[in-house]
Amino acid sequence: MSNVILEMNGIVKEFNGIRALDGVSVSVERGEVHAICGENGAGKSTLMKVLSGVYAHGSFDGTITIDGEPVAYGSINDSERDGVVIIHQELALSPYLSIAENIFLGNEVQRGGVIDWNRTNLQATELLARVGLQENAATRVLELGVGKQQLVEIAKALSKEVRILILDEPTAALNDDDSAHLLGLIDQLRNQGITSIIISHKLKEIRAIADTVTVIRDGQTIESFPVKDSDDIETRIIRAMVGRPLDHQFPPRTPDIGEEKFRVEDWSVHHPIDVERVVVDRASFHVRAGEIVGFAGLMGAGRTELAMSLFGRSYGTGISGRVYKDGREIQTRTVGEAIRNGIAYVTEDRKRYGLNLIGSITVNVSAAALGKLARLGIIDRNREYAVADEYRKQMNIKTPSVSSVVGNLSGGNQQKVVLSKWIYSGPDVLILDEPTRGIDVGAKYEIYGIINEMAAQGKAVIVISSELPELIGLSDRIYTIAEGKLTGELDRAHATQEELMRYMTAARNEGAQAS
Amino acid sequence: MTTATPEQATAPVPPRPDPVRKKRRRVDMRQYGILAALAVIIVLFQVLTGGRLLYPGNVSNLIQQNAYVLILAIGMVIVIIAGHIDLSVGSIVATVGAVAALSMNSWGLPWGAAVALSLLVGALIGAWQGFWVAFVGIPAFIVTLAGMLVFRGVALVLLTGGTISGLPRAFNSIGSGTLPSTGTPDLITLGIGALASLALVVQQLKGRADLRRLNLPRERALSFVLKTAIAVVAIMYLCYLLAYNRGTPIILIILATLVLLYSFLLSRTVFGRHVYAMGGNLYAAMMSGVKTKWVNFFIFVNMGFLAGLAGVVSTARAGSAVASAGGSFELDAIAAVFIGGAAVQGGVGTVIGAVIGGLVMGVLNQGLSILSVDAAWQQVIKGLVLLLAVAFDVYSKRRTGR
Repeated sequence: MSNVILEMNGIVKEFNGIRALDGVSVSVERGEVHAICGENGAGKSTLMKVLSGVYAHGSFDGTITIDGEPVAYGSINDSERDGVVIIHQELALSPYLSIAENIFLGNEVQRGGVIDWNRTNLQATELLARVGLQENAATRVLELGVGKQQLVEIAKALSKEVRILILDEPTAALNDDDSAHLLGLIDQLRNQGITSIIISHKLKEIRAIADTVTVIRDGQTIESFPVKDSDDIETRIIRAMVGRPLDHQFPPRTPDIGEEKFRVEDWSVHHPIDVERVVVDRASFHVRAGEIVGFAGLMGAGRTELAMSLFGRSYGTGISGRVYKDGREIQTRTVGEAIRNGIAYVTEDRKRYGLNLIGSITVNVSAAALGKLARLGIIDRNREYAVADEYRKQMNIKTPSVSSVVGNLSGGNQQKVVLSKWIYSGPDVLILDEPTRGIDVGAKYEIYGIINEMAAQGKAVIVISSELPELIGLSDRIYTIAEGKLTGELDRAHATQEELMRYMTAARNEGAQAS
Repeated sequence: MTTATPEQATAPVPPRPDPVRKKRRRVDMRQYGILAALAVIIVLFQVLTGGRLLYPGNVSNLIQQNAYVLILAIGMVIVIIAGHIDLSVGSIVATVGAVAALSMNSWGLPWGAAVALSLLVGALIGAWQGFWVAFVGIPAFIVTLAGMLVFRGVALVLLTGGTISGLPRAFNSIGSGTLPSTGTPDLITLGIGALASLALVVQQLKGRADLRRLNLPRERALSFVLKTAIAVVAIMYLCYLLAYNRGTPIILIILATLVLLYSFLLSRTVFGRHVYAMGGNLYAAMMSGVKTKWVNFFIFVNMGFLAGLAGVVSTARAGSAVASAGGSFELDAIAAVFIGGAAVQGGVGTVIGAVIGGLVMGVLNQGLSILSVDAAWQQVIKGLVLLLAVAFDVYSKRRTGR
């Protein structure tokens, strides 16, 4: 037992009655690198927040023991005092402070409230050497790239005398060189006796660095096994990740697929800030009228970036490539132009990009197509109200009235408002990004019905989703995307979760270009 | 399950009769809360001043003295709904006032041309600030803080510290004159009141008939009749008071036109809707195809134009231009907008609300002056009223959970 540093047992965590974690158990040995795998939404990040005290003791069920002692963290400060440090996916550094200031933020080297700058900089320099970051400790963090910022985070963790270092998708935003350096560092820390837990989608990385892997699915531990003993580790992980029975119900549909409606050629997009980084790499695809085409990719693969860059260059810089509709080349340089050319994009983040939450259902439904309701710039509000009310009925939006404020609706009903808005804009190409994220099963079924209906009307429908069963259930054809590249194209008959996951985890240059 | 059928989903939908549900448009309590507050303040001062607040002469004064706040508040509410602020309007008032006075007294322009030039200068100043806010992306707080300094300075340069008076009488009457009068009581004023009341009733009935024809939810008949009746009584009482003074102030006609025009602009036009959409969620507005930069630009052009108008009006009222004119006007306008129920985060607010907020400030000014309350204490009271009004707003929003 002395070899086990951390034991999490039967962890159950609910949000508004929905179980994010449903009895997860993990056992981590001292000094190992322990990988945690699972699909988006499987509960990995929630589990790590439980461990690090982000969700306080008492807000979940189950036990956590460290070195055999049960622990009860009320906050992230409690866990850090115990040497449990989490580095989140979104880095939490203050950009205008120096590296040294960031490392000791909240933990300042001080006497009586006065900071000892010499010791601060000295200790920071030592820590930077430990993580292999050759930068002056006085450099401001905003001058560093993401990879170096990640190292500053680790230096910060080391300053807290970390025993268990938790990294949530540490390489998701890094390029190959930075990733390699980071993995090397994790290996070094292992030699220094620091236990690491890393959450990762990248199976290649897990194979390279991890000692043990635990797979989580639907809030439960599926299996846990040593990496070295297993021959075909990637296949085993994939099977464990997706091996759930198809528990979704899909409304029946008879596809009626026509001519090619929408075609994208050699579409490339660069990161808006880190302009050298290619986020979408020469993507080419097409969608036919009446066809539902799925896009499968893990988080950070470039799915949303592809869609948003097509929709009025709402994401990215250095965009190149060509877009065709009905065989004619079209431009989509601004959102207005994209809408005029019959493209609609239903965002994955409806609260941020989709809705005016303090506005009524009526003004949200009409927002993308006010021109249809206005003459000489004057809105026919009676007709607007009637249109919104019609969508309320058709979409079954549950609300006392379309004058209700959208912010007060449930997630499913909000999603129906966003869908109404874009359907009312009269698109030929409908791009749906995570159309069922965060909504309950009943509303999902209704939204699937709406998607089918749109295809039946002859629209070209693109569905981006992290839920593979959903993609397989809805799509006529599925493209996979990994690290910005389209890595595969599977038709409905050949799309299985295992097959998709294989293409989705294919690294750059490894991807088999199926046709 | 109900989903869209092809024709219904894409084409604008002809409304269907829906006899089962009789929905009512929800009453905006916040708007009525402010109106009630105005009524309470009027009654309070009417009692405290022994009825002097609503003397015909005082009412006429109240309108003419506070016209600048109301004009500025109309522009400011649009700025604030869109999520900005404008600190420069007081300085623009001074600069435009200087331009108006110079153009008549030094450059020999007729008063009409001087007014047109003044409004143009206001709009150009607005365009200058709008350029920095919309296209360069500098926060409006900074741009207009700079504008506050710059245009106060410009006014000082133009007037070289002195005062220009002796402006044409026709110009001065914009601020302090009235329409021709037939004596006491002035029949023209009463006629205008009757016409306005009639127009209001016809417009209300027509709107209600439209709703009935389209089978859209309507408010209860009783509350509709009551509201319209109160509005008519208020209009007629105002006109009665004015008819027993000197007649209809010219500025009242200008104000009424602005209120109608800008209410329409904000509530009925695509431009107005875009302003609300940007204040509610800028990103969602962008992703819906709103040309956010141009909307921001025009908001500031319009603010400059209205500040120019306020400059004309207050110069005309004073009968002279001084470089110190318009001091703290921006704060009065901002206060009026927030008392009128606009949200600091943007996305919420109405022209009517801002005007009522301005009237609350005006009645306070007038009432406290009649009571000869010391100017220092007037400031204290006005500040506390602003604080309480917004505190009440925050409290009521928290209670309704949004």
